[in-house]
Amino acid sequence: MAQQPCVDLARTEEILAAYPPEEPSLIQVLQDVHRAYNYLPCDVLMRVAEALDVPLAKVFSVSTFYKAFSLEPQGDTIVKVCTGTACHIRGAGQLVEELQRQLGIGPDQTTEDLKFTVKTVNCVGACAMAPVMIVGDKYWGNAKPVKMPRYLAEGGDEDEN
Amino acid sequence: MRIESRDQFEALRAEARARDDAHLRKVLVCCGTGCLATGSKQVAEAFAREIEARGLDVEVGLRVTTTGCHGFCERGPLVVFQPEGILYTKVKAKRVAEIVETTVVGGEVIPGLLYKNPVDDQRIEQYREIPFYKHQVRVAMRNIGRIDPTDIMDAIAHDAYAGLAKALFGMTPDEVIEEVAVSGQRGRGGAGFSTARKWRSCKAAPGERRFVLCNGDEGDPGAFKDRSIMEGDPHSVLEGMIIGAYALGAHEGWIYVRDEYPLAVVNLQIAIAEARKLGLLGDDIMGSGFDFDIRISRGGGAFVCGESSALMRSLEGKIGEPRAKYVHSTEKGLFDLPTVLNNVETWAGIGAIVHHGGAWFAAMGTEKSKGTKAFSLVGKVKNTGLIELPMGTTLRHIIFDIGGGILNDRPFKAVQTGGPSGGCVPEELLDLPVDYEKLTEAGSMMGSGGMIVMDDRTCMVDVARYFLAFLTEESCGKCVPCREGLTQMLAIYDALIEGRGAEGDIERIERLARAMQLGSLCELGKSAPNPVLSTLRYFRSEYEAHIRDQACPAGICRALTAYEIVPDLCDGCHLCFKACPTDAIEGTVKELHVIHQDACISCGACFDVCPTQAIRTFPKAELALEEVV
Repeated sequence: MAQQPCVDLARTEEILAAYPPEEPSLIQVLQDVHRAYNYLPCDVLMRVAEALDVPLAKVFSVSTFYKAFSLEPQGDTIVKVCTGTACHIRGAGQLVEELQRQLGIGPDQTTEDLKFTVKTVNCVGACAMAPVMIVGDKYWGNAKPVKMPRYLAEGGDEDEN
Repeated sequence: MRIESRDQFEALRAEARARDDAHLRKVLVCCGTGCLATGSKQVAEAFAREIEARGLDVEVGLRVTTTGCHGFCERGPLVVFQPEGILYTKVKAKRVAEIVETTVVGGEVIPGLLYKNPVDDQRIEQYREIPFYKHQVRVAMRNIGRIDPTDIMDAIAHDAYAGLAKALFGMTPDEVIEEVAVSGQRGRGGAGFSTARKWRSCKAAPGERRFVLCNGDEGDPGAFKDRSIMEGDPHSVLEGMIIGAYALGAHEGWIYVRDEYPLAVVNLQIAIAEARKLGLLGDDIMGSGFDFDIRISRGGGAFVCGESSALMRSLEGKIGEPRAKYVHSTEKGLFDLPTVLNNVETWAGIGAIVHHGGAWFAAMGTEKSKGTKAFSLVGKVKNTGLIELPMGTTLRHIIFDIGGGILNDRPFKAVQTGGPSGGCVPEELLDLPVDYEKLTEAGSMMGSGGMIVMDDRTCMVDVARYFLAFLTEESCGKCVPCREGLTQMLAIYDALIEGRGAEGDIERIERLARAMQLGSLCELGKSAPNPVLSTLRYFRSEYEAHIRDQACPAGICRALTAYEIVPDLCDGCHLCFKACPTDAIEGTVKELHVIHQDACISCGACFDVCPTQAIRTFPKAELALEEVV
C-alpha cells in the first residue's frame, strides 16, 4: 500500500461513540468511516479493531470482502457504471470503454488528480432506464457514450435526459 | 399521539381516510429512483409552487403527493391526476405551469403528454386503460404509486396496519400462521419455500429469543421489485414483519438493505420512526402488550449476502460466507438463535393476506403457486418497468401484451429469468405459464422476479459469459467447486468469444457444471451453472458456431464480428459517423459512408443508431480472406 496521509482520528471517535463496542457493529462503523474519509485509512482500521475488540486481521478481512469498501483514497466524484444484465445488453460496456478513453482509467481506478474514481456496480435497480450511469449522486438513464463529457461535467443539466 | 387500543387505531384510520377524502383532487408525482433520475423532484416542486401560487390547494383541496415507483420507469417522470385518472409521461418541470393551466384548471387533456401505445400509436388517456397497467393485479405492490411513502397517515388511509390490528386483537399467533398457510404463499425471494412452513419450523425451535429478518439484499442484476417496495410502500414491509413477529413470538427484527439502495434506506427509516411514534412499532404495540422493534442494516455490497446464512453472518458483523444447509436457520440462525428470514415482497404480502384472508390470496395463481408475483420486465422490450401479476400468466402475455413487444420490432430470442441462478427461456416456450415449477422445469427459476428480454442482437454465449463473470467476482471463495469451477468455466468462455474455442469445450463446460451442482456448499454455487446449462440446452448451435466457424451468429462478440455498410441502404444521414467512437467511419452528409476495418473496434454503436438498417455484421473470419479495406 502506498504511503497514506495522516488522518484526523477525531471523526472516527465520533462514529465509534454512536455504536455499541462489539463485533456486530463492525460493518456499520466501517460504512460510516468510509463515508467520512472516502476510504478506509489504515490508522482508522487499527483504532476500530481496538475499540470494537475485534482482531485487526478480521477487520481487514471484512474491509476487503465487501465491495463497498476501499483501502485506497477515492476520487472526489465516484462514477458508477451499472453493469447489471439489462444494462449489459443495452450497452454498458461501451460506457466503460468511453470512460477509459476520456479519463484514462478503468474500473476501480482513480485519476491522478483524485477527481474521479470509476466503478462498475452490479445493478442499481433502475433497469428500466438501462444503461444507467451514476456520477456523484446524479443518475443518468439511457446513457450514451457520446454524451459522456456532459455526464462528467460538474453538476450536469438537471432537466436533460 | 400513541395508539393504545384497537378502537383508537380505528379512529385514527377513520381520520386518515377523512383527510384523504378531503383531497379529492390529487396530483401524484412518481419519485422512485427511476423518475428521480429524470428530474421528477423538480417536477413535484414545480407543481407544489404553481398550485400554491394559484391558491388551488385551499380552493379545491388539491394536493401534490410524491409517491413511490409507478413501475413505468422508462416513461418517467410520471404524473397522475386524481380523480380523473389521467397519466402524463415524460413530464418536464418547465411545462408544469402549462399543465396546471390547461389540465388542472381548464380540465383539458394535453395529448402530447399522454402515453402512446407502441402497438398502434394511439394515445391513451386513462392510467388504468394502458396495457402495461390494465393486466396487473397488485398485492405486494398494492399501495405503491398511490401513497406518499413518507406519510404514515396516507398509508393508513389505504389500509396499512389494518391486517396488524386484526391479528393483534382478533387472532392468536397460531391462527395467524394458519391464515398464512391457507394463503399458500411461498417465498418471493426465489426458492419458493412455503412461508407458513418456515414459520412453523422456527416456532417449534426451543428458546426464548428469536429473530424476524427481512432480506432486502436484492442482488440479482435486472431485478428491482424489492427496491420499489421498500421505497414506495415501506409500511407494507413493516406491517408484515410485525405480524410475523407476533405469530412467532419474536421481539427483534432487522431489515438488511443493499448498500446500492440509498432511497430505500431513507424511506424505511422514516417509516420506522413514524410507526414508533404512533405506537405501531416498539413496546406495547397498539396497546396489545406485544413488543417488537426493527433495525435497519445496510449491506456491504456483496451478492452472496442475499443467501440466508451469509446474510446472517453479515448482520453479525462478519464476512458474508454461507454455511452448509443441514443447519437450519429457523433453528440456528442469527447469533445461532431461531430466525425467520423472508424476502421484502413476501413480507409486503402478509398484511394483505391477514386483512383479506388467506383464501382471497389462494384464489389467485396456479395449483402450487398461489397469489401474485412482482416482476421487473426489462431489456429489449418496449414497455419496461415493474409489474405484478397472478402466478400462471404466460410469458407471451407478459412480454407482448404488457411489455408491448420487442424494442424496434426485432425478433424475440429469449427471456432470462431468475438472475445469475436462473436461465434463458427460448421462443418455443413463450406459452409457458409462469410459476415456480414451470420455470424450474424449463431450466430456469423464479428467482427474485427479474425478466430480461433479449432480441436477436443478443449472443447467448456472451450472456452466459456475463453471468459467469458476475459470479466469479461475487463468489465468496469459501468452497472450492464454486470458486474454481467458475474461474475455469470463465476461462473457457473467454476463449469462445475470442475465437479460440476448441472441440471438446462444450463437454468440458458440462462436466464442470455437474461438479459445481454436486459439490458447492450453498445454493449460489449449486445454481451458478444454470445460465450456462440453459443456454447450452436451447442455443447449442450458437456455441458450435463460435467454436467451428469462429463466428458469432448474433454479431455481438467483437473478436468474431466485423461491420460494414450496405451501399444500397445507406442514405447518408451521417448518424453513424457521429456515433463512432474511433472515427472509423468516413463519409459526408447524403453520401455513401464506409467503415474502415483497420480502425473499427466492432462496438456496434453505428449499428444501433442506423435508422435504415444499412449496417450489417459478418464473421471477421471472412475479412481475413479478402484484402483489408
